[in-house]
Amino acid sequence: MALEKNLAPGDSEEKVRRQTAVYVYEAPLRLWHWVTVLSVLVLGVTGFLIGRPLPSVPGEAIDNYLMGYIRFAHFSAGYVVTIAFIGRIYWAFVGNHHARELFILPVHRKRWWSELWHEIRWYLFLAKTPKKYIGHNPLGQLAMFCFFVVGMTFMIFTGFALYSEGAGVGSWQDQVFGWVIPLFGQSQDVHTWHRLGMWFLVIFIMTHIYVAVREDIMSRQSLISTMVGGWRMFKDDRPD
Amino acid sequence: MSNNVETFYQVMRRQGITRRSFMKYCSLTAAALGLGPSFAPQIAHAMETKQRTPVIWLHGLECTCCSESFIRSAHPLVKDVVLSMISMDYNDLLMASAGHQAEAALETSMENHKGNYILAVEGNPPLNEDGMFCISGGKPFIEKLKKAAEGAKAIIAWGSCASWGCVQAARPNPTQAVPIHKVITDKPIIKVPGCPPIAEVMTGVITYMLTFDRLPELDRQGRPKMFYSQRIHDKCYRRPHFDAGQFVESWDDENARKGYCLYKVGCKGPTTYNACSTVRWNEGISFPIQAGHGCIGCSEDGFWDQGSFYDRLTSINQFGIEENADTVGMTAAGVVGAGIAAHAAVSAIKQTTQRKKTEEEQNS
Ligand code: HEM
Ligand code: SF4
Repeated sequence: MALEKNLAPGDSEEKVRRQTAVYVYEAPLRLWHWVTVLSVLVLGVTGFLIGRPLPSVPGEAIDNYLMGYIRFAHFSAGYVVTIAFIGRIYWAFVGNHHARELFILPVHRKRWWSELWHEIRWYLFLAKTPKKYIGHNPLGQLAMFCFFVVGMTFMIFTGFALYSEGAGVGSWQDQVFGWVIPLFGQSQDVHTWHRLGMWFLVIFIMTHIYVAVREDIMSRQSLISTMVGGWRMFKDDRPD
Repeated sequence: MSNNVETFYQVMRRQGITRRSFMKYCSLTAAALGLGPSFAPQIAHAMETKQRTPVIWLHGLECTCCSESFIRSAHPLVKDVVLSMISMDYNDLLMASAGHQAEAALETSMENHKGNYILAVEGNPPLNEDGMFCISGGKPFIEKLKKAAEGAKAIIAWGSCASWGCVQAARPNPTQAVPIHKVITDKPIIKVPGCPPIAEVMTGVITYMLTFDRLPELDRQGRPKMFYSQRIHDKCYRRPHFDAGQFVESWDDENARKGYCLYKVGCKGPTTYNACSTVRWNEGISFPIQAGHGCIGCSEDGFWDQGSFYDRLTSINQFGIEENADTVGMTAAGVVGAGIAAHAAVSAIKQTTQRKKTEEEQNS
């Protein structure tokens, strides 16, 4: 997104864009990011193994609980990721204005669209230089919303709908998410969609990591260290 | 012909049932319905005092396995009494009369008990070609169904055909068979899915409705909660092997002999709501999983369209190909991965040439 929103009254855009570092991601937001990374990793691996379990373990059933532990890890990580996501939505209200970028696309701004176009051209190797961004660039923001926000919401809804089947009729999970199952047809369909959702997120993660590394190298601002320390570093002091 | 004055108990006695057997039946039914022992006298009282409720039983596009299951109910009273109580009015499969006589019986019964009878539907109506794919009594079944539904107090959808559509509604569904709730929208419908449903479940539902004069509590999809609120998997006796991670890997392997969990050979128990793992079949003797075969999910919506009975992950034919989520996902991830690699290569070239250019510019 363009920079002007970040300006204090009286500041000129030029001045901000010449700054070398801006504090973008506040601590709770960074914590949320890395908690989510860890949980989604656990969810992806355990989820994959729920649908395609490991080779059978030897011995008596009473001495083993492998599938039980895998499912337990999945459900625990599912709760963590969900609570973190709710916390993230809360942070969009109370955090700085970058905290809202994930959820609110400024589609009403002409500038956003033209910068989106510029960013697409940059990715198609048509634009020579990228623009500077304090928060997300418009393309990144759009991708974040379509892949992450939508994908995660989908996984939480289908995940808790599946969870409600074990929790039983009348459980809060059933009352809140139980309606999802008939929406998809039946339980088996929800399983299939939940699994497709995992692949959707895998594709997001691949792209996300690639783009973060690439931008870190090729764009005019820092990315990876920003999500660690919170500060956006600019590599040059040319405006725009 | 029914005169609608006999009580259930009188009908039973007329059938030669002793009082002792009658009381046994009441306790058994109470247990099957998940009610406490104190409900047995209540059921007995209701049966002794209440006039019997007429039931009209129609057959549409179906295979009659529901009726076959029903008459094999474990308790003899069920087939002798419950059946005769209800078949007296109309059941074109089991009634003695046939042809015009039978149709006349249906007409009279519908007229006499208007607004009072329970309509039990086995099978479903095909809608294509104006319903010509199922002719009953010389007319498309859909017409008979709609007419019978008009005067019904409540409707029971027997089996997966009436509840979901079942095999005749499986893709590509050439006859356009639809579950009955698609054509009857103004009456409460109790779905009792299964292919067929368990006999005790069927008689349990009927007895509950006759005795308490109200519908059993239904879940979101219209199934009686008392029999359909848990999955096979939740009460399966092989579940400890599932939790342990011990599976039949292929048919006839050592693990199959040991009775391990059938998840990897496609058991649909984790996604199927039914009472098979608790009530079981044929007087509680066994059920598919106990016989060594995975559950095929016959009581679930569209179970014919969930791919092979022997795969855990479902084939997704919405994509025009028969692949499961993993194949679709891995292919997509592969394509995206290749795209990323190509993009990275071009980026690297661009980065180097640009750097060279700037260096040259700076040097000159
Ligand atoms: C990034 C998010 C997630 C990913 C990648 C993920 C992945 C998966 C996968 C691949 C499966 C196996 C599906 C199958 O083949 O049957 C699964 C199952 C399941 N997931 Fe998730 N999941 C996620 C989030 C959640 C959440 C938030 C919950 C809620 C607690 C959840 C609950 C479940 C449940 C209950 C099952 C079924 C387990 C079973 O059948 O034993 N998931 N998940
Ligand atoms: S055999 Fe089927 S229902 Fe039984 S525990 Fe295994 S997966 Fe579940």
